[in-house]
Amino acid sequence: MAVNTQVKLLKKEKLKEDVMKFTCLTPEIASTAVPGQFIEIKVSKTFEPFLRRPISIFNIEKDKNLIEFIFQIKGRGTSFLSEVEEGEYIDVVGPLGDGVFNIKQCKNIAIIGGGIGIFPLYELAKENIDNISINTYLGFRSKQFVLLEEEFKKVSTKLIISTDDGTYGNNGYAIDYLKSDFDKLNFDGIFACGPLPMLQKVKEFADSKNIYCQLSLEQRMACGIGACMGCSVKLNTNNDTIQYARVCKNGPVFESNKIDI
Amino acid sequence: MLNSIGLQNPGVDYVIEHYLPKLKKYDTAIIVNAIGNTIEDYVEVCRRLNDTDIDGVELNLSCPNVHSGCMAFGVTYEGVKEVTSAVRKVLDKPLIVKLSPNVTDITVTARAAEDAGADGISLINAFTAMVIDIEKRRPVLGNNTGGLSGPGIRPIAVRMTYDVAKTVKIPVLGIGGIVTGSDAIEFMLAGATAVSIGAGNFYSPDTSIKVIKEIEDYLGKHDIDDINSIIGTVKMN
Repeated sequence: MAVNTQVKLLKKEKLKEDVMKFTCLTPEIASTAVPGQFIEIKVSKTFEPFLRRPISIFNIEKDKNLIEFIFQIKGRGTSFLSEVEEGEYIDVVGPLGDGVFNIKQCKNIAIIGGGIGIFPLYELAKENIDNISINTYLGFRSKQFVLLEEEFKKVSTKLIISTDDGTYGNNGYAIDYLKSDFDKLNFDGIFACGPLPMLQKVKEFADSKNIYCQLSLEQRMACGIGACMGCSVKLNTNNDTIQYARVCKNGPVFESNKIDI
Repeated sequence: MLNSIGLQNPGVDYVIEHYLPKLKKYDTAIIVNAIGNTIEDYVEVCRRLNDTDIDGVELNLSCPNVHSGCMAFGVTYEGVKEVTSAVRKVLDKPLIVKLSPNVTDITVTARAAEDAGADGISLINAFTAMVIDIEKRRPVLGNNTGGLSGPGIRPIAVRMTYDVAKTVKIPVLGIGGIVTGSDAIEFMLAGATAVSIGAGNFYSPDTSIKVIKEIEDYLGKHDIDDINSIIGTVKMN
């Protein structure tokens, strides 16, 4: 159940020059949030900028009433957000998203993330690593963009890091390493988040092999609660009708064979 | 807020069948915003709505994101009068006409709505606007232009509300960037008998609740028993 609440920023860490991790105290959100959900953050005390910024939840610590989120300082909104100081409160609506990660009966899954899209995958892995086998494939553009290797190592049975230019880890795209491992590891589920071209390749592979696959989509959003229709994604239909779902409300996580991306 | 979402909706039949039963559970008036590409569309949508138990229709003659129809009707006296008159013939329920601000003189289109038998006027819809990504040298929106709404347009909306309220005798519903109680009070002082909140809901889903509370605070602070007593009472300098 989403609430509008003031979360207290307990700790802010700079993971990269332009990437921040915020640890926030929020019993209401921490108690109900599940992997794949996001929050809408009011980044300033004024109406400038006007709209909230949707940011995925990275880590949930229910027993400590904490959530963590990570964001890249990209535009005006995230720049304002980066200036909030420890001890201050942030106006947040969340947790949001009815479409969340669901591993169902999977016992041996692949998790694949690209760039700053890797964040929502962490909680999914953390919640399930004690019970199932998790093979994680993280792709980055170059060495300087590699993030959270140690964190993901702790929540993965196997972790493959790759960079597009080969400057760190394996050379090439994460999806190619996932594909080549599939023959021997036979994943029964794939869970992805990252740039659209990566998600399209993951979808193509999973759908062609008939593997249960969930994709977490990113979209510009205004409201985050299903009202404004700004974040629509096309659904696959069996007939000529066109149907859409809202990434914020019906997602952000969708089964790959249900959406047209 | 600048958007080019357009008028995404499931169609009037779906709304009647699926949305209205859910909305009827709430103890409040239900006003349906109706659109069309042609006059026939507007008439047919309103004809079907007339047979339901909604409380009124707001005619959208002003969406800036639709290429045909809609705003084209909303920018001239003749256009507004023609659509409103045609709808009036099939709609017995209260009819509100929502005006576009993308005109030289909004009192002209307001008069057209009144002359055609509208029961009320709502204003304003969004301004047609564009933002350019200077690195890509392209408009940020896929549709190139979109509708500008939110607090940035409020002072223009207040001025237009004032102008229209002075011009017509039918009630005026003020819209444009309301996010606080004082914003709403401004519109009412300018002559609005009611206000409506659009973009404010996207910034926070409980904006309306906060606005109502802040209006009550204002009335209490100024010892005002009846909010209707402040409508149109702004004194010009």
